[in-house]
Amino acid sequence: MQNSAPIRVKVWRGDAAGGAFAAFDVPQQPAQTVLDVVTWIQRHAEASLSYRFACRVGMCGSCAMMVNGVPRWTCRTHVNKVMQDNRLTIEPLRNLPIIKDLVCDMSQFFEKWKRAEGHFSGQGSRDQAVAAISPSEPARRAANAAIECINCAICYAACDVVAWNPDYLGPAALNRAWSLQNDSRDRRHDARLQAVSSDGGCLSCHSQQGCATYCPNELNPTASIAGLKKMATGSFIGKKYRQRHG
Amino acid sequence: MVELRLYLAQRISAAIMAPLVLVHLGLMIYAIQGGLSAEEILARTRGSLLWGSFYGLFVLAVATHAAIGLRNILSEWLQLRGPLLSLICWLFGLGLWALGWRAVAAVVGTQ
Repeated sequence: MQNSAPIRVKVWRGDAAGGAFAAFDVPQQPAQTVLDVVTWIQRHAEASLSYRFACRVGMCGSCAMMVNGVPRWTCRTHVNKVMQDNRLTIEPLRNLPIIKDLVCDMSQFFEKWKRAEGHFSGQGSRDQAVAAISPSEPARRAANAAIECINCAICYAACDVVAWNPDYLGPAALNRAWSLQNDSRDRRHDARLQAVSSDGGCLSCHSQQGCATYCPNELNPTASIAGLKKMATGSFIGKKYRQRHG
Repeated sequence: MVELRLYLAQRISAAIMAPLVLVHLGLMIYAIQGGLSAEEILARTRGSLLWGSFYGLFVLAVATHAAIGLRNILSEWLQLRGPLLSLICWLFGLGLWALGWRAVAAVVGTQ
C-alpha cells in the first residue's frame, strides 16, 4: 500500500566548510522509518548522499541524526510519528563536527570516553573463578540501569552543556563511567572518579535531562551523573576527614 | 579539585540560603501584619547579635553562591577561562559581599 501524498523531505548536504538543505519528495510507505526515507533518497534521487547505518534494528547506534530538530535513532523512528505537516527535516547530529552530509565525526565522542576512563580495568586472570555478583546487589543494580548504552551519541547531541563547553565529557562517557564505578571487579575507581570530577566532568552537568529525554534506550544518564556527583563529593569529604583524623 | 570545591561551596551556600530566605520572608510578613514602622524595626535590630549574624551569614552565602554561578555562566556562554574569569568572579563576589555588609551594618549597627 502506498499513500498518495509524498513526504516533503529537507536533507542537509555539505561538509565541515558549510552546506545547505536539499529538498526531496519521497513516496510514503507503510511502517516506513526515517532511515528508509534517507535510503530511498540515496537510491532513487541523490546517489552521492552520505549517511551512516549498520544494523537497522537499534543495536549498533550508528544511524542517529537530527529529525525535525530532535536527535533520534533513525532506524527505529517511524516517519508517521515524527512527520509534521507531511514534512521531515533531516540533519547531521548536533554538537559533532560534520564530515559530509549526514555523517558526523565521532572521534571527540569516543576520545571523551577514554578521558572518562571508560574502559574496564580488572585484575583477575583466566585462572580465577568468575566473580560472583548478585543481581540484587545495589551496585550491580545501579550498573544495570546504565549498561545498555549503544553509543549512538543522541544524548551528546541533545546536551546543551556539550554545546556550551567543548571540554565537557558528555552524558554517554559519564554514564559509562558510572556503570564502571559500580562494577566491583574494576580496579580503577579512584582514577576514574578523579577523571570525571575534574574540569569538564560530572560537576558541569546542569541536570536539564535532555539526555534522558531523548535516549532511545530510555537510559537516564542524568541519574548516572548525579550518582557520580554524589560519589565524588563523598570521596572528597571522606579524604578530608581522614587527613584530619588519621 | 578546584571544580569540586566550587561545586561544594555553591551547594552549601544554597543550603544555607534556603532556610534563611524562608525566615526572612516570614519575618517581613510578620512585621507588616503587626504594622511596625521602620523605626520600630530598627529599634529591634540595632545592636542585635542575632540579626547581625543572621543577615551577615545570608550576605556571605549570597556572595559565594552568585559569584560561582556567574563563573559558570561566563564560562559557558562567553567561553571565558583562566585568570580573567577568576578575577571577574572574585571582584563580583567581593563587591556583593561589601554591598551586603553595608546594608547589614545599616540595620544592625548602632549610631
